[in-house]
Formats: sequence, structure tokens, C-alpha cells
Amino acid sequence: MTIRAGTARETPPNTYPKRSRFDPTRLLLTVLAVGFAGGSLLWTTLTGLVEPYAALAFGVLIAAGELARITLPGHREVAPIASAAAIGYTFLSAIGGVAAHHTAWQVIAVVSAGLALGELPHIAVGRMPQWSDLARRILSVVAIALTFRPFIARVPAPPEGAWWPVLTVMAALVVVVWLGDAAIAAAIRAERLRTRVGVAFRDELRAQLGIGTAIGSTGILLALASTVTDLVGLLAFTVPLLVTQVAFRRFAEIRLTYLQTVRALSRVTEVGGYVETGHSRRVSKLATDIGCELGMRESELLELEYAALMHDIGQLSLRDPIASGATVLAAPREQRRIAELGSAVIRETGVLDAVAELVRRQCEPCSGEGEGGQPPLGSRIIKVANAFDDLVGESTDQDRTEAVLERLRMDSGREYDAEVVEAAARVLTRSPR
Amino acid sequence: MRALPGAARVYVCLVVLGAIVVMLLGPYTGIDPTALVFLMVLFVVAESIRTLVDNGKAGISPSSSAALASIVLVGPIGAALLGFCASLLVLRRQDFVKRLFNGAQFALAGYASGNAFLRFGGDIGVPERTDFPWIVVPFAIAILVHTIMNSVLMAGLMWCLGVVRIQRANRVRWRPLATLELSSIGYGMLGLLIAVIWGVVGAFAIVLVMLPMFIARWAFDQYIAEQRAHDATLATLCQAVETKDYYTRGHCMRVSKASGMIAQELGMDAERVQTIRYAGMLHDVGKLGVPTKVLQKSGKLTEEEFAAIQLHPMRGYEIVREIGFLGEALTGIMHHHERMDGRGYPMGLSGTDIPEFARIISVADAFDCMTSTRSYRKARSIEEAIVELRRCAGPQFDPAMVDALIAAVEREGWDAPDAVEPPEDDSAEVAQQDHDDPSVPLRVAGEAER
Repeated sequence: MTIRAGTARETPPNTYPKRSRFDPTRLLLTVLAVGFAGGSLLWTTLTGLVEPYAALAFGVLIAAGELARITLPGHREVAPIASAAAIGYTFLSAIGGVAAHHTAWQVIAVVSAGLALGELPHIAVGRMPQWSDLARRILSVVAIALTFRPFIARVPAPPEGAWWPVLTVMAALVVVVWLGDAAIAAAIRAERLRTRVGVAFRDELRAQLGIGTAIGSTGILLALASTVTDLVGLLAFTVPLLVTQVAFRRFAEIRLTYLQTVRALSRVTEVGGYVETGHSRRVSKLATDIGCELGMRESELLELEYAALMHDIGQLSLRDPIASGATVLAAPREQRRIAELGSAVIRETGVLDAVAELVRRQCEPCSGEGEGGQPPLGSRIIKVANAFDDLVGESTDQDRTEAVLERLRMDSGREYDAEVVEAAARVLTRSPR
Repeated sequence: MRALPGAARVYVCLVVLGAIVVMLLGPYTGIDPTALVFLMVLFVVAESIRTLVDNGKAGISPSSSAALASIVLVGPIGAALLGFCASLLVLRRQDFVKRLFNGAQFALAGYASGNAFLRFGGDIGVPERTDFPWIVVPFAIAILVHTIMNSVLMAGLMWCLGVVRIQRANRVRWRPLATLELSSIGYGMLGLLIAVIWGVVGAFAIVLVMLPMFIARWAFDQYIAEQRAHDATLATLCQAVETKDYYTRGHCMRVSKASGMIAQELGMDAERVQTIRYAGMLHDVGKLGVPTKVLQKSGKLTEEEFAAIQLHPMRGYEIVREIGFLGEALTGIMHHHERMDGRGYPMGLSGTDIPEFARIISVADAFDCMTSTRSYRKARSIEEAIVELRRCAGPQFDPAMVDALIAAVEREGWDAPDAVEPPEDDSAEVAQQDHDDPSVPLRVAGEAER
């Protein structure tokens, strides 16, 4: 039934192909950001800087923050300190007791210049920024500045203790802009991963809630503190955000390490000759693509990826590898035993219970004849992805893909979930392997 | 209290007494009661939500920012009062003596740092515009005094309890201490911020200041949890790999531990020690590529079979090379069967050409192998294993690593695995020889012993 490729072939390192399709949202964002930055810089050069020292201090802080940008899980690039400093400069109404008069255009110009300056060293060593994320950083400031600066210019500086109305405006503005920003990010993400916009929006909110709140409140703090401390206090008052940023960076690193470890160790089944080379990875890639297509949440996708990578780990407990490793050809009882053994191994970690459950139920028929009813969506996806890869292997032949999909379709409803099979078909026709 | 040893009891009484004396002496003039109440709320909330980081040994807590804000806003006596009262009010399950001691500790630290703040030119009360930037200097000194006071008082208690011994200066690990100090300065600076913001917006400062603080804590907790999850998963997967052979269960964990002990003994920094623990854990992951029948063969191995065994370090390297954080550990995994005299495999490196990590792992590996039971022999005692290691030091092992392991085992002891008896039926797989065993080398046909 199956065609086996050469056994000694190396798996390519796990570089997921970047989908650099044309995306109008991203283009529009970049054009807008460049337009605002260029226009404001031109305007400011013509009219001159108001209060140049404040502009310089905040500009330097923004540049430093951009230099220290971090990437959160899910390829989300953020520069917390730069964003907070930009918000702080926007909300600045007085410096050390003297009222500040800078316009919205000056804010945009300073922020753009700072970001560009901080980005230069990265570009010089070849670490290109994610342009859409950078554009979003500029545009959020544009939105806040164009609303707030005209407002604060008309309202007289509040006396001691009467900060409530201004504070409320600041907080509301930050929240609204943050929501809008998340919506744009979600649109881009949905386009990139081919998932649903609603799901992407919720993912984005969840991923950005912590760091976003920290950025917003620090931005407001910087503005308020500057009214008393003059500009020297800025550095000291960025420290808490720096601590936060370090924590987030470490979290992102360990999350990546975790994924690398699981990806690497999923290969022990291949080295042991239990499954074909690259099987776990191809199954996990196909499974996560199907998961995206079906609108799974980001956290569920991660669990699905772990489960798909480790779905054959139970074979390690087998005495001898089953013939050519294709579990789809093994007897149902044997399949179930492998799933149970693998699930037991994963459960042993004490932290991956959800993943263990997905692995345990990966071979149950979707009609739900077992005692547990219908298996969870993740298990149904792994079942389809595994069967597909067992039957197609490394082959990239389009006809073969079609034939196997047809075979899965024939069994769908009883054995395979029809919806999952269709999603797989869509994924495979869109980006042939 | 009764559970405490005598010295500790005296010590706690002295510290509490000191705090009470300080608070009785006063003076109480110039303390703003609203600010005091506000800071107390802040302190209690922060202390109640605090979780420990760094293996629970040294807790950095956001409550220290409230304590340091109080130094500026209400002065040394106010700070002492705040620390003492707030510690008694904290919403946490904690026995009274512990609360009392913590309260006294905070009171004394607050009092000392408050005085340091005043001595170096700070003023009590909401900082004015003209105070900046020079207020940062006395404030930084106050932070330093605060952490030092806290640590000294805590260390005193630990010493009385006999938990820690006073170490020689070159054995103290400075890096974690420096990290801790940096983060406490970060939280401390937040204290100045609280004081300033209190002057501008009053009670709303709580929300503004607490938000980043809590988020930082939350992110650190996430990080720690993810780190633990990663380590647990790594350990479990490594153990799953070795279930194939009944006798080698737990081998990777023990090699990881022994490698860590050697690295610590050699004075490596915490990060490298952690990396070598990972390397020890993963060192035999490539063994899965060796066919089971070769591993289980009892007679002499053919050249091909021996070649298959020799391949396992490379196989392991191939599996784990994509794990980014391993770095130096990769070479350790690849070369852990090299010998100092150059007769090892896979590349026949000799002497210091062998990476340091590989030399460590090879000693740890052999040590665990000898002290565990194998199907063809009983486990040796630790003394016998040490003698054997000494015998092989030079031609096979790096003597420095052997000495380090022996010193570490003598100091910390070693839990040799329980003697395992495989089940009677034939379900368990057992190897008939072990490539790690230096005392019983592999027998290869047509060749002298390896």
C-alpha cells in the first residue's frame, strides 16, 4: 500500500516556510506608517522643535526601547519600553512644573525618529524587524497623539489633586487604541495563518493583555512622574517595565526551547526505526494547519502540536518496531495499545495532561463508539493527519495525495471526521507538499 | 516557638525586642496618617500575593517597594511601624512567631534604611520638584541598606537554625546574588515612583503602580512554571527512551545528577551547571538507534555490531542538535565515549582536545554504570567504583574530573539505585553487556578487550 522512501534520508531542519503572500492589510499599514512618519518629520523640520530637551530625552528612551525589542510567543514583536516612552511623551503635559506645548506632529516625529534609530543596529546585523508590527507601534502612537494633544492644549493644566478627569481620558484612550491595535494584528494573523479573524482577535487579546497593560500603565506613569521629577526621573521609572520585559523575554525563550526539545525528542522514534523519517514532524505540521483551518485557539494549537509530535511515542515501549512503522496499517487493538502507552508516558510529566488525553484517544473512531463518546477535536485531527502521512509518506505526488484523500473521505463519518478530512483537503490543495 | 532551638529562640526575641524599642523611642512627629494607611494597604496586598521565585530560596517581593516608599513618605519610624504592623496583617497562612520575626525584620530594615536616607540628605515627605535628580542618591543608598539589613537578619536566623554554614568568600556564588540585588533595586526604585505619584494623584497611584508590578510577577511565575514543565518533559522523555532496557532505568537522571555535581565541584557558573545537567540527561538518547539485538547480545560482538554501538553518540547528537539552548552540551553528548589516550569513539580525540563537558559526562556515566546492577553482575559499592575510577584515571578518564566526582560524592553522598530484579517472565528486556562499563569492557571478536 505504501511507498517507502530511502531510509537514510535526512529530515530537513524544521523551517516552516514563511508565507510571504501579498497581504493588502500589511501594505496599507506600512504605507500609512511611513506616510505619517515622513509627513510629521517634514513638518517638524520646517516648524522647529518645541522643548527640544524633552524631545531628546524621550527620543533616546524610545530608541533604546526599540533596540531592546523582544519577540513574544507566536512571532509577536513588541518593544515595551519604546511603546511606553512614546505613550508617556504623548501624555506629557508638564515637565518639572513647566507646561509642555509640543504638538501631535512633533510627538509622531520624535517617536518615528526614535524607532528608526533603535531599529538601525538590528538591520545592520541582519535582524529585520517584522514590518507590520513596527508599523502598528507607530500607528498606535499616531492615534493617541492626534486625539490627546489637541485635547490637552485646550484644557488648562489641572491643579494639584484634580487629575481625575485627565487620567480617565488617558486610560480610556489607551484601552481603545489597544483594542484597535489588537484588531489589526488579528487581521494580519488570520491572513497569515489562515485562521478565523474572531479567533485570532481573542488570541491576540490574550497574548497582549499582560504586556499591554504594563505598557499602558507605565506610559501614563512616565507622563505623570515627569511633571514632578523633570526628565532625569525617566530612567529610574522605566526600571519596573524593564523587569517585566525581562520576565516576558525569558518566558518566550523557554517556550521556544520547550518546543525545540519536544520536536527534537519526537525524532527518537525515527532513529529507533519505529516510524519513517520525518513522520512526526509532517504529522504535526499538517495537524496544526488543519487546526488553524478549523479555527482552534492558539493554546489548543500548541497542545495539538505537542500531541502530534509525540503521538507515536508509545511505540518506544513496543518490543519490536511494527512493520514499517505505519500505525494506520496495524490492528486496531495494537493501535490502541500504542496510544495508551504513549499517553501514559506523556502523563508522567505531570504537566501535559491535556496532551496525554489527545494522544490517548487519537485512534478512536470519530463516530464515538467508545465509552467516552466522540473523541476531542485534536485527537480527530491527529487521526486524519497520521493516516494521511502513513499512506502518502514523503511523496509529493499530487495524484497520490488526491487518491489518499479520496480513501479517507470514503471512511469519513465512521472512522474519520468528515469536517477534518475536508479541512485537510483544503490545506493540501492550497499549499501542496 | 517551642520547635525552635534555643539559639534561634534567643535570636528571634532579640530582634523583636530591638524592633519594639525602636518603635517606642519614636519620634512620631511629621507622619502623614493617610499616607501610612495607603502604604500599609499596598504592602499587605503585595505581600499576600507574593510567590517565591528562584527555587523558593530567596523571595523577592513587590512589598519591598511599599516599604521603600514609606521611607520617603513617612520616615524611618513610619517605615518601622509599617513593616511591623503590615507583616502581622498579611493574609497568608503563617504562624505567629514567623509573622512576628518578619515584622521585626522589616521594621529594623525600614528604620535603618530610613536613617541612611536622612543621613545622606533625603527629606521626609512627598518629594518636591527641586529634590530631583539628587534625591536618587540617598534613595539608592537606602535601598542598599534595606536589602543588606534584611539579608543579614535572615542569614542570622538561618545560622541559628543551623540551616546554612558560613562559606568562604570564594565559594559564595556571586552571580545569583547580583541578580537578586539588581531586581530588588528595580522594585526599590518603584518605591520612589510610588512616593512621587502619591504626591500627584493620591490614591489612584495604587492602581497605576501596582499594575506593572503584578504583571512582572505574573510573567515571572509563568516563566518559572514553563521552565519546570520543560524540565519535567525532558526528563520523562529521556526515561521513556531507556525503558527498553530494564537495568538502565533512571540511568539518565543519575548521570545528569553526577555531571551536575562534578561541574559544581569544578566551580562552573549556574548556567553551565544547568546545561551539563541537560547534557547528562540526553547523553544516551542515541542508543535507540542501536538495534535491540546488539544491545542484548551476550557473546562477543562482531565488528559491525561494535560499529553500531560506536555510532550512538553521533545518533544522539543528530537528534538533539536542533535544541538551541544546548550549545556546549552538544559536544558533550557527541564525545562522551572518547578516552584520554585517544582510543575512544566516535572520533578518537585525546587529552584536552576532548570537550570539557564530554570528559565530565564520561566519568559520571561510568560511575553510575558501576554502582548499578547489571544482568551479568551485581552493583558494586561506591568504594569499589571509586577505586576503579582511580585506576582508569589517566588513560581513560580525566583525573581532574575523577577527583571532582570523588570529592563531591564524599561530601554530598550518593544514592545508588536499588538493586533491581527483572520480572520472572520474559517481558522485560535486559542487556547482556554494557558499553558504559569500564570494568567489564565490550568483547569484540578478533580483538583485544576494549
